[in-house]
Amino acid sequence: MSATSPTAATTTETAERTRALLTAADPGRRRADRAMTVLIYGAFALAVVPLVSLLWTVVLRGAERFDADFLLTSMRGVFGGMDMGGAYHAAVGTLMITLTATVISVPIGLLVAIYLVEYGRGALARATTFFVDVMTGIPSIVAGLFAFALFSIFLGPGAKLGIIAAVALSVLMIPVVVRSCEEMLKLVPNELREASYALGVPKWLTIVRVVLRTSVAGITTGVLLAVARVIGETAPILITAGVSDSINFNPFDGRMMTLPVYIFSQYRQGPVPCQEGALDCLVDINFDRAWAAALLLIVIVMLLNLIGRLVTRWFSPKLR
Amino acid sequence: MTTTDSPPDARPGPARAPARRRRRTGDTERGFSRVFRWVATGSGAFLLLVLAAVAVFLVARGLPALTASPDELSDRGGLPTGMDSLWDLVGPLVFGTLLAAAMALLLATPVAIGIALFISHYAPRRAASVIGYVIDLLAAIPSVVFGLWGGRTLAPVISDVWVWVAGVLDVLPFWTVEVTNTGRSLATASVVLAVMILPIITAVSREVFLQTPTLHEEAALALGATRWEMIRTAVLPFGRSGVISAAMLGLGRALGETMAVLMILSPGILYSFQIFDSGQQQTIAAFIASRFAEASGLAVNVLIATGLALFVITMVVNMAARAIVARRKEFSGAN
Repeated sequence: MSATSPTAATTTETAERTRALLTAADPGRRRADRAMTVLIYGAFALAVVPLVSLLWTVVLRGAERFDADFLLTSMRGVFGGMDMGGAYHAAVGTLMITLTATVISVPIGLLVAIYLVEYGRGALARATTFFVDVMTGIPSIVAGLFAFALFSIFLGPGAKLGIIAAVALSVLMIPVVVRSCEEMLKLVPNELREASYALGVPKWLTIVRVVLRTSVAGITTGVLLAVARVIGETAPILITAGVSDSINFNPFDGRMMTLPVYIFSQYRQGPVPCQEGALDCLVDINFDRAWAAALLLIVIVMLLNLIGRLVTRWFSPKLR
Repeated sequence: MTTTDSPPDARPGPARAPARRRRRTGDTERGFSRVFRWVATGSGAFLLLVLAAVAVFLVARGLPALTASPDELSDRGGLPTGMDSLWDLVGPLVFGTLLAAAMALLLATPVAIGIALFISHYAPRRAASVIGYVIDLLAAIPSVVFGLWGGRTLAPVISDVWVWVAGVLDVLPFWTVEVTNTGRSLATASVVLAVMILPIITAVSREVFLQTPTLHEEAALALGATRWEMIRTAVLPFGRSGVISAAMLGLGRALGETMAVLMILSPGILYSFQIFDSGQQQTIAAFIASRFAEASGLAVNVLIATGLALFVITMVVNMAARAIVARRKEFSGAN
């Protein structure tokens, strides 16, 4: 070893040089890399700005009027700049319309998902998969126009009912339910199905008792997320259920208010022209109500998202 | 209990077995199993029927507006004054819709690609899922809240920016840039639309980027590429078609978005590129939502006809996007 030390020294030197050449990118390339890293971190920061600003504004402005009185009164007999009125009727309408839409969408969506996963073969299944994806892109206002056109055959052109809005929402909701349920059903291992068949259980019972039973948590999550998605729809409800100031629990009779439409109609009314020195008249009352309703709506949507995610975590089957 | 449904022909004597077996070579589904299959298949067909029904009803109810004479249209059609054909209305609306969506797409796509790369290749593994959740949160916020925020919070703030931008652009000799200081312009609406379509573009691009074969990435790194060069040479070429279809899905979303535009934009019906001024353009969806409550008779048909135009545009965009995704799934080796 010692005899070859001079050559060894030169080899180490060349090796060092080569390593330096290979490991260090030249300045231009390094600069480009650095610049792109900054840009990509910047893109993320840029997206967070509107999110934080929006949530911050809604919480701050919404909290001003967000109290029991706001939650438990309707807008009946409230006009001008009166310091009263709330969103109870809108919350009721949101609940009823969303519930009706869920009752319509979930069975259909679940059956379509079962068809696609358990039975689907051939042209019909391919077409269904493709058009489910396409249907997720239907503009919400078009769904509203469709529901209006459908019901105007039976009820005449002036009909504004909660059920029409529910049908419009269903058109938007079914593809979402199908998509998420399909994913969940696909996760069920085939061994479970085969074990069930081996015991002589017929296919339908296997689907109901084994496949659905295994994926019930995921399906619940999917449904909750789908509800969270349609609960904020405004345009289709605006043109099918109209606007109302009163409490209405019956989706088959009369106009219904929902929270998103309430936000919009309060926003549209704008500032109140108050008389000089009027004490019981608030100029910005409509905007204040809109913000408070927006806070309520966001809280509902976030709760649905949160519960949906927790359901998966708690109730998903423990597979070893 | 489940075993009670097992076929009774498992038990019979050896003499009857061949006959039984022959009968069972066909469809083994009996009773409720068959009913269940038909119900499931039926709901698959029902879904296609619903989509077809949407198209049929829009055409049927829009037809009176398409066939009405100019006199009828200007009398009872609810057209803005000075218009006497449907195209006078639909043309500028389609123009406004496409302009707003295109600007939103231009703003959103680079940012979305950046975020998707950030999640897939830059952020620490543990942080990535949290960040993905934050971006999904953006998707969960209802559009009407975006509209409220855009109209009350963003518009007053961003109008100063637009005044400055318009001042800079006004230096160009061939184009006079008008600007409003209320912020109720198409530019503001497009910014809000961009924020709204950001999550879907991010989600789809992220999935595609994550599918990049690890071997490609490692090969690039082994050849001495920096992280950005690895992304440029391995990740982006692999994800190109996925990003294109993601952008088209975002475009479809932006085309059909109603409330943000309705609550922010101060509308007009012109073919105009004055994106910083108010009273210039309007989109189809916002036009329908703003006029529907007061419309009756032929005016409703006119609105539904414009809705049909929107439906056709979004369907074409969405189907193209989905076809690209489906084609990619078939041919990529990633699955």
